[in-house]
Amino acid sequence: MDKWYMAVVVGADRPGIVAKVTAALFDGGCNLGEASMARLGGNFTMMLMVQSEGREQAVKAMLAPVVESLDLHLHIDSINGELHHHLEPDVRITLFGEDRSGIVAHATAALAEVGLHILSLESDVAGSEDKPIYVLHIEGAAREGIPALESALEIIASEGIETRLMPIETLIG
Amino acid sequence: MSILTILQYPDERLQQVGAEVTLFNDALRTFIHQLETTMRAGPGGVGIAAPQVGRIERIAIVDVSAKKKIKQHGRLVLINPDITAWQGSVVGREGCMSVPDYTGNVVRAETITLTAQDEFGQPQQFEMEGFEARAVQHELDHLDGMLFLDRLVSRRSDLFKRKVYQ
Repeated sequence: MDKWYMAVVVGADRPGIVAKVTAALFDGGCNLGEASMARLGGNFTMMLMVQSEGREQAVKAMLAPVVESLDLHLHIDSINGELHHHLEPDVRITLFGEDRSGIVAHATAALAEVGLHILSLESDVAGSEDKPIYVLHIEGAAREGIPALESALEIIASEGIETRLMPIETLIG
Repeated sequence: MSILTILQYPDERLQQVGAEVTLFNDALRTFIHQLETTMRAGPGGVGIAAPQVGRIERIAIVDVSAKKKIKQHGRLVLINPDITAWQGSVVGREGCMSVPDYTGNVVRAETITLTAQDEFGQPQQFEMEGFEARAVQHELDHLDGMLFLDRLVSRRSDLFKRKVYQ
């Protein structure tokens, strides 16, 4: 049976990275699963599930030419490819404020304490260079209910971070 | 009462436009009962449309009454429904029995005016808002061969777009 790998690719952003990396994998006989890609601070970052008959080294070898030509960093690990079992978020939390060290660590610790299972997190440093702001979006499952999260957010807010919570009520039709 | 088989995307019947219902007889009402049983058998289903079970006609059922503290009209049988007015727009998360294991954000009108016939052909009119209005819009899309996949918007919030204004 084909094995699943998680490939992490990072490099200075430029047009064409996705096309070249995925073409090399396709030409090497791989199949792609779920992926998450984003431009973070001028770097393009890819995390993608790759299914291949080959071993880790074989997948690395397929990507070697594109990794070298685009000056990318590549890391590959063997993983369980557990598809068709998405967990659905029931809450969306947005935090924002003046940028400073520790926002993510403090906020996520407080939220984990009251049962938040984070399913996705995206953050941006926005604003200007001399007045940066931090914006954090989290989607997750509130395993101990939303009121528990609200009490944690009050503590985060008391530390000068703006907090917004929106329940996600998924309609199934 | 048997449960009907739900078609799953990419079954092409889900992309066909439903025919108007002209005959309001016992056979129609038996089908509606089966359709409702099928909807209630699915976990968390608040609506279903006839094309989802392969009957390409303008028939839908919506019932969001399991949700507490929202404005709603209870169990609704909607035949030949038509949205005659829309107001506002709001993003919400949707999934579909015909698209397992995926949910996505969709923009819908916040309030709607809806006309439809019931299972006896009697005309009805509703003013709806919020979750119920969203459910109706989702189901009516099925009658026009549309899925929520046709209307996906980014999961990433557009509240804080990264832009440089100069």
